[in-house]
Amino acid sequence: MYAQMVKSEATQDDPEKLAAFQARIDAGEKIEPKDWMPEGYRKTLIRQIGQHAHSEIVGQLPEGNWITRAPTLERKAILLAKVQDEAGHGLYLYCAAETLGVSRDEMTEMLLDGRMKYSSIFAYPTLTWADMGAVGWLVDGAAIMNQVPLQRTSFGPYARAMIRICKEESFHQRQGFDIMMKMCAGTPAQKRMAQDALNRFWFPALMMFGPSDAESKHSAQSMAWKIKMNSNDELRQKFVDQTVPQAEYLGLTVPDETLAWNEEKGGYDFAEPDWDEFFEVLKGNGPCSAERIATRQKAWDDGAWVREGLMAHAAKKRASQMAAE
Amino acid sequence: MSGEWPLWEIFIRGQHGASHRHVGSLHAPDAEMAIKHARDVYTRRKEGVSIWAVPSSAIAASSPSKKGPMYDPADDKTYRHPTFFDIPKDVGPM
Ligand SMILES: [Fe+2]
Ligand SMILES: [Fe+2]
Ligand SMILES: [Fe+2]
Repeated sequence: MYAQMVKSEATQDDPEKLAAFQARIDAGEKIEPKDWMPEGYRKTLIRQIGQHAHSEIVGQLPEGNWITRAPTLERKAILLAKVQDEAGHGLYLYCAAETLGVSRDEMTEMLLDGRMKYSSIFAYPTLTWADMGAVGWLVDGAAIMNQVPLQRTSFGPYARAMIRICKEESFHQRQGFDIMMKMCAGTPAQKRMAQDALNRFWFPALMMFGPSDAESKHSAQSMAWKIKMNSNDELRQKFVDQTVPQAEYLGLTVPDETLAWNEEKGGYDFAEPDWDEFFEVLKGNGPCSAERIATRQKAWDDGAWVREGLMAHAAKKRASQMAAE
Repeated sequence: MSGEWPLWEIFIRGQHGASHRHVGSLHAPDAEMAIKHARDVYTRRKEGVSIWAVPSSAIAASSPSKKGPMYDPADDKTYRHPTFFDIPKDVGPM
């Protein structure tokens, strides 16, 4: 999940308007940008969609790290296409957020100065080629768990962005699993590498869903507004139940000694990740947090002359066209 | 003046002759770049064979809150649909 711990904003709107708004949502209607909406709904969505967009963009970095070192030309082309998709996902989402009255440049600045966040998962390093397998399989896999229900979210532009994104995500997960299958069928050293990648990414992947929100007022509000469709625990359970058999298929061991099938609930019992670590990462103290933001900052600064230059060129072209008319 | 690239609405026509459809928006400094960006953002999987880019500021939109008065004149005109009329079977296909 790319949007974690999104606080919902309190709303101080006319109770009558609020009730009518809630009735529209309950009836399954989509809310569109020009419709009346509570201030809290608008602000919470900007935060959530913005965080999701930033995650897609920052999420390109750990994988971009391996484009020049992919083991074959085919793997390189596939990874490049995957990372390019993530850029597209970021753009779809920024546009969806912009319909709520915030600009993309503003959101970028908020990411860079720490007012907005990105998913904790991208603060972890990608140390070996097997990490490209683990990221596609586990990270995109966890993202899909969250994004599929969001296709039905109440805000029209967000739902439409999610539909486009979901169409592209299953390629991402499959290419990752394909890398894992190849490595697990390879030499003992390659299989060890795959196991090591799973060991390092398992708990960070579970963190993607965020801590239990069963008691959270923010989550209850977001669920009522249909901008959050499932509880964090529900999605995490679903992810574990789906992923454990896949690990078994690969012949890999999930790094959790407490993992056991629970017949009664029809799902696995599993260990919680270290939530102290999660909160540290979210605060910007993850192993690669500083590097990620520094890389984004550099891209933003180095790109300034291109952004400005193309605007100047467009203005000049317009002026000469007008003069010729 | 803000230096942010203006917003464009992108419309794409698929391979099978259907109309251009709105697919989303993007930022670009001018029309030429808008079409180039649209190629990269919205047709990575051969989704279309023709792209239109329109400045978002040029779009006029109906007001969603006037949905009622705007469209209810059509409510009582069901005779505009062919199924309104019962034609005897004997007449043959029509
Ligand atoms: Fe994505
Ligand atoms: Fe992703
Ligand atoms: Fe992805």
